[in-house]
Amino acid sequence: MLGLNKKDTSLLILVAALALFAPFILNPFPAGSGMAQFNAGYPDLMQRFVIFGIFAIGFNILFGLTGYLSFGHAAFLGVGSYAAVWMFKLLSMNVVPAIILSVITAGLFALVIGYVSLRRSGIYFSILTLAFAQMTYALAYSVLTPITGGETGLQLALDDPRILDGAASSDNIPVPGLFGMEMRGSSQLELGDWVFTFSTGYYFSAIIMLLSFYLSIRIFRSPFGMMLRAIKSNQQRLNYTGLNARPYTLAAFVISGMYAGLAGGLMAAMDPLAGAERMFWTASGEVVLMSILGGVGTLIGPVLGAGLIKYMENILSKINSDILHGWFAFMPDGLEDIIVSMIYPFIGKGWHLTLGLMFMLVVIFLPGGLVEAGQRISRLFGRKKSEDKSDKSTSTEPAE
Amino acid sequence: MDAIILQILNGLDKGSAYALIALGLTLIFGTLGVVNFAHGALFMIGAFCAVTLSRIITISHEVVDESRTDFLGNPLKVDVPYVHDWFGKETGDVIIDWAVPLAILFAIPIMILIGVAMERGLIKHFYKRPHADQILVTFGLAIVLQEIIKYFYGANPIPTPAPEAFTGSFDFGAMLGMEANQIIYPYWRLVYFAFAAVIIGAVFAFLQFTTFGMVVRAGMADRETVGLLGINIDKRFTIMFGIAAAVAGLAGVMYAPINSPNYHMGMDFLVLSFVVVVVGGMGSLPGAVLAGFLLGILESFASMKEIIDLIPGINQIIIYLVAIIILLTRPRGLMGRKGVMED
Repeated sequence: MLGLNKKDTSLLILVAALALFAPFILNPFPAGSGMAQFNAGYPDLMQRFVIFGIFAIGFNILFGLTGYLSFGHAAFLGVGSYAAVWMFKLLSMNVVPAIILSVITAGLFALVIGYVSLRRSGIYFSILTLAFAQMTYALAYSVLTPITGGETGLQLALDDPRILDGAASSDNIPVPGLFGMEMRGSSQLELGDWVFTFSTGYYFSAIIMLLSFYLSIRIFRSPFGMMLRAIKSNQQRLNYTGLNARPYTLAAFVISGMYAGLAGGLMAAMDPLAGAERMFWTASGEVVLMSILGGVGTLIGPVLGAGLIKYMENILSKINSDILHGWFAFMPDGLEDIIVSMIYPFIGKGWHLTLGLMFMLVVIFLPGGLVEAGQRISRLFGRKKSEDKSDKSTSTEPAE
Repeated sequence: MDAIILQILNGLDKGSAYALIALGLTLIFGTLGVVNFAHGALFMIGAFCAVTLSRIITISHEVVDESRTDFLGNPLKVDVPYVHDWFGKETGDVIIDWAVPLAILFAIPIMILIGVAMERGLIKHFYKRPHADQILVTFGLAIVLQEIIKYFYGANPIPTPAPEAFTGSFDFGAMLGMEANQIIYPYWRLVYFAFAAVIIGAVFAFLQFTTFGMVVRAGMADRETVGLLGINIDKRFTIMFGIAAAVAGLAGVMYAPINSPNYHMGMDFLVLSFVVVVVGGMGSLPGAVLAGFLLGILESFASMKEIIDLIPGINQIIIYLVAIIILLTRPRGLMGRKGVMED
C-alpha cells in the first residue's frame, strides 16, 4: 500500500491508529479520580507530542541515517516559528500559508548553515552547528529585535495588516484557523466518568505528523536513504567509489531542517507566539535526547522518545510530595517517610534527574533506545514459543 | 590607549576561566581520546566546593551571651561558629573570611576523587565507542550532576564573597603612571588571572619536567608502544583524568566570587569552552590556553561601545564567529597537531 512493504504499512497504520485514538488512549483514568493527573489526553499536551514527534522524525533523518550529530537543530524550529507568526501578522490567520512559509524559510536557512557546516564532520560538525544556532539565538535576542520581538517574543497585535483577512471586525486578536476552523476549537465527549477532548489543532497536527512520518518511511526505504546509510557506515569508501557524499548530506540536512521548520510553524499555529528561547542550545539537546531515548535510526523511535520526554516533562513534574504521601499512606509512618524522601528527588522539579539517568542508562546499555528494548523483550518471549521462527526473522533481515 | 588596556584586563579573567576549562578538556581528549561534555559540570562542582566549605566552617552553635540582652531583657543568644571555639575569635574570623582560597585545598582531593571515579566508573567503558556516544553519555552525566547539585543547593545563585583583603578595586592606570581613575580593576580578577597562570604553569611543568609527565606525553603520542614497553599507561591516564577534573574544579572554586555559583553555570561555560578547544586545535594544550585567552580578550573588545555602535550585536556572537572562520579556514585549529581527530 502506498508504495510501502507489508511491515512498513502495518507500522504506518499502527501509528495512524495511535494518533487517531490518542484522546482515548491517553485518558485511561476517569476525570476526578486520584489517577486523573496521569491523563495526558488534553489538547495542549497531545499537540506537543505530535509536534515534537515531527521535530524528532526530522532530526532522525539527519542523525539516524548519516550519523551527523547536529547540536543546533532548534534554530530551524525557532526560525520556522518566527516565519509562521509573521505570516499570521501580515497575510492571514489561515495556518496553511504560515506553515508553508515556515517550512521554506527553515529550509533556506538550513541550506546556508548546512552548506558551511557540512564542510567538516564529526565533532567539528557538532560544534559548527552549535555555534550557528547560538549565534542565531543571540542575534534574535539582541540585534534582530525588530524582526523577532527580542525578549518579549513575537506576538500578534490588533493593528497587524493581515491583507487577506480584511479589517479586524472585533476587538479581539483573531486566532489561527484552517479555512474557518479554529485551531483552538474542540469538542468534548463524556462517557460516564470519562471526559475526552477532541481538538481541531491536535487532529490537524496529527495528520501532518502522519504525512511526515510516511515521508520519512519513504526516505528510509529509498535509494537516497541507502546512500545516507552508506555515508554513516563508511564515508571514505564511498568517496573511493567516486561518489561525492556532500550533496547527499546537504539534502538530508535541509530535509531535516524543513521538518524542524514544520514543527516550529505548527507550534506557532497552535499558539501564535514565538520566542528566542526555542532556539537555545538546550532545546537542540532535547531533540537529541528524544531521538536517542526512542531509538536513533529507527522509524518509530524518535516519535516514542518525543512522547516519553514530553509526558515526563508535563506529568512527572507535577507530582509533589503530598501526592507521594497519599500513595504510600498505607505504609507505617516511618517507612512512608523514608520511601517518599527516597523517591522525591526524582519527581516533581527533579524530573530532569530522572531524565538524565534514563538517558545515561539508555546510552550505556541500550544504544538502540526503547525500540531495541521492545525488540529484546519480544525476542525473549518469541524464542520460547517458536525457536525456528525467530531464526527465520533474523536471517531475512537485510543487513543495514 | 587606556580603553584598550582596560578591555585586555577585562578579557583576562574570563579568558582565564576558558583557558583552564579548555586545558582540562584537552588533557582528557589528548590522553584518553574522550570528548567530555561533563567538564562544565566539574567546573560547577568546583564552585560548589567553595560554597560547601564556606558553609561548613560557619557551622555554629548557640551560646548565651550574658553581657548583652535582647529587647525583652533576656540574655541574648548568639550563634558562635565552631572555628571561634577552636582557634579563638580572631583566627576564626580570618578563616571564615578566607573560605574561598581555603576551598582550594578542600577541592583538590574531592575533584581528583570525582574525576577518577568518573573515569573508572563510566568513561572507561566508552573508549571503543564512537565519539557521538561519548558526547551523549557525558551529556547525560552532566544533566545528572547538575540536578543533584540543584537538589541540594537549590536553583538560586549563592553569593560567595572573596576575602575582605581582595574585595574592591584598585586603580591600575595610576600604577602604570597614567592618569588616575581611568582603569579601575577589581582585585579578585587579578588574583584569578594570577591563579590561572600558576595552575597552567604547574600543569605544563608537571608534563614537561617529571617522569610521570614524560610517560603521559609519550602515551599521548603513541599509546600502544608505551604499553608494549611494559608501562601501565591506563593507570596514568586515569590519574590525568583526575588532574584534569581538579583543574576544572579549581577554576570553579576561584570563579565563585566573580559569579555567584548556580547549578547551570557549568553548561554556560561548557559550550564556550568547546569552541575554545576547537579554535585552539583538538589535542593541543598550548593551543587551548592561547585560544582561551584570545577569545576572552576578543569578547571583551567586542563589548566596547564603539565597536557595538559599528557592528550591532557583535559582542554576542564574536566567539562563535571566530570559531566558524577558524574551523573553515584552518581545520586543525590554531595549533592543532596533525592526525588528531581528522576526518
